Amino acid sequence: MSSQPIVPAVPAQPAQPAADVIHDIGFRHYEGERFGRGWVVRSLLVDTLRGVFGLGRPARAKVMPWILVGILLAPPLVVALVAVLTGASKLPISYTQYLTQLQLPIALFVAGAAPYAVSRDLRYGVMPLYLSRPMIRTDYVWARYGGVAIAVFLVTAGPQTLLLIGALLAKMPVGDQIAGWLGGLLASVLLAVLLATIGLVIAAFTPRRGLGVAAIITTLLVVSGISLALSGIAQTQGSHTWAVLAGVLDPNRLVDGMAAKLLGVDPAIAEFAPTTGGEVAVYALAYVVLVAGAGALLLRRYRKAGRL
Amino acid sequence: MEPAQMAGAAGGAAATLPSVSAPATPPGPAIATRKVTKTFGHVTALSNLTVEMPAGIVGLVGANGAGKSTLIKILLGLLPPTSGEATILGMDAATQGLAIRRIVGYMPESDCLPPDVSATELVVHLARMSGLPGAAARERAADTLRHVGLYEERYRPIGGYSTGMKQRVKLAQALVHDPRLVLLDEPTNGLDPAGRDEMLDLIRRVGNDFGISVLVTSHLLGELERIADHIVVIEGGVLQRSTSTAEATALSGVMVVEVTDRGPEVVARLRAVGAAVDAADDGGNLFTLTQADEAVLDAVAAVAADLGVGLVRMQRRRHHLTEMFREGAA
Repeated sequence: MSSQPIVPAVPAQPAQPAADVIHDIGFRHYEGERFGRGWVVRSLLVDTLRGVFGLGRPARAKVMPWILVGILLAPPLVVALVAVLTGASKLPISYTQYLTQLQLPIALFVAGAAPYAVSRDLRYGVMPLYLSRPMIRTDYVWARYGGVAIAVFLVTAGPQTLLLIGALLAKMPVGDQIAGWLGGLLASVLLAVLLATIGLVIAAFTPRRGLGVAAIITTLLVVSGISLALSGIAQTQGSHTWAVLAGVLDPNRLVDGMAAKLLGVDPAIAEFAPTTGGEVAVYALAYVVLVAGAGALLLRRYRKAGRL
Repeated sequence: MEPAQMAGAAGGAAATLPSVSAPATPPGPAIATRKVTKTFGHVTALSNLTVEMPAGIVGLVGANGAGKSTLIKILLGLLPPTSGEATILGMDAATQGLAIRRIVGYMPESDCLPPDVSATELVVHLARMSGLPGAAARERAADTLRHVGLYEERYRPIGGYSTGMKQRVKLAQALVHDPRLVLLDEPTNGLDPAGRDEMLDLIRRVGNDFGISVLVTSHLLGELERIADHIVVIEGGVLQRSTSTAEATALSGVMVVEVTDRGPEVVARLRAVGAAVDAADDGGNLFTLTQADEAVLDAVAAVAADLGVGLVRMQRRRHHLTEMFREGAA
């Protein structure tokens, strides 16, 4: 009422000793642990990895990744079953060949994962909320990148492991199979690193998620087609070397070519596989240039887009 | 009765903020800049800015492009000043960015909320990004969203929120890790008058009840002087004013009094006891006391009771900072 304004501001009483005071409703301060940058980055990486598989997201976000995981796991299951039943002494396809055989579902998986990881934050301006926290710009990029790369590795390494289990159940030579499987995992790592980089660069430049998905699928399929067509043309022109080198354009052939030569296993496309040391060196160089170039582009994109 | 109630309320508010848990405020100003200049090519965003801002609620006022956001980015350690130095909570903004961002919250001016997640999901995630473990992040996200006034709707995707609700989510994510200081960039932007008032009330609570220092920017001095303890005005990257609002309003001990009846008589009686009264000649029931100390206020009550007139209002006239700055500029 009228007397209210003339009441001099009463200084807040210092709190009573906490013994018999009920603390409620008011804002509570946080006295617990605050983790540092390493934990924050790991946390973001794990979140990204989970999110790629739709974990912690609505049901419809789980559909695509798990259908693709199913598609990738089905052939090894069949192969394993057949091998056990027929008592085959050798797997019908090698562990590294498997990656090339199923490049389409793998490409689709990357096309779903990369835009999920980066497009939304760029499109809706979420970056300032990350950058105002105890991390730096490149931490964000590395965490998102790590999450996607590990996810791609898992969906490729999983089926290979299933192949191994089938091979061991069919009593194939253990040493050979484990060596082949480890080689397959190495190829999976190389492929995951490359595909994640390419996927994220494309996604980071197409902030609309749908467009990003389409752009990644298109890019991966088109380069694969172009690469194969160029190889075919070069072969008919009588230039085997160029037919081999055209393989560097396709991430799958690039990794497969290096892995096959390095591990001494059958390449996916034998006629265009690198055989000489020089050709493998070109493949390796192309790999490094692609990963480093795309990675640099990605970081540069975030230097611009990540502004507050 | 009212003083007792008020004291009770103040005591209650204090009890929820036990002094043991309140983070120790470092001595000295919460934010200090010394000759900070920031240029982008030919554009000078901040020019030789030296200012100290105390703990509590500080309003940073300036037109669009005055350099407010640039200053905030420098304080967060995200933008190196071209020259000069800035400290926040005693830490050097240029070199201790990570440590600063652990205990400082930031509410951006721009739209920054993804539409496809719920407020809860987003705020939990961002709490973890501030370094809080999972369980604490969930607990604090729920608490903080409740404090900013988001209840059931916090489980729905943000895409369907009103502007006011979105601003609350933005505020919640700045508070969720219990910062010692929050930087709020134009929090009332885009809000209707009612939403504006609610947001200002919320900010006042953050500063006064939650015990978190606040630096809040706006291009409207009028709204910040209502809640801020201290006002800093910048224009074109140059400091115009840095004033404590308490000091400014303490200067005016002027009290407006209105009685139901017999105004001139009341004025005459008050003058008789030596009060400085400024009354209009028309003999209305409205007059002002230019030196309204305790004795004078008692006299008003006594005279009113004696003459049997009612007091319609007794109100301290607050000096509007807007006027003061206008005078200063003129």
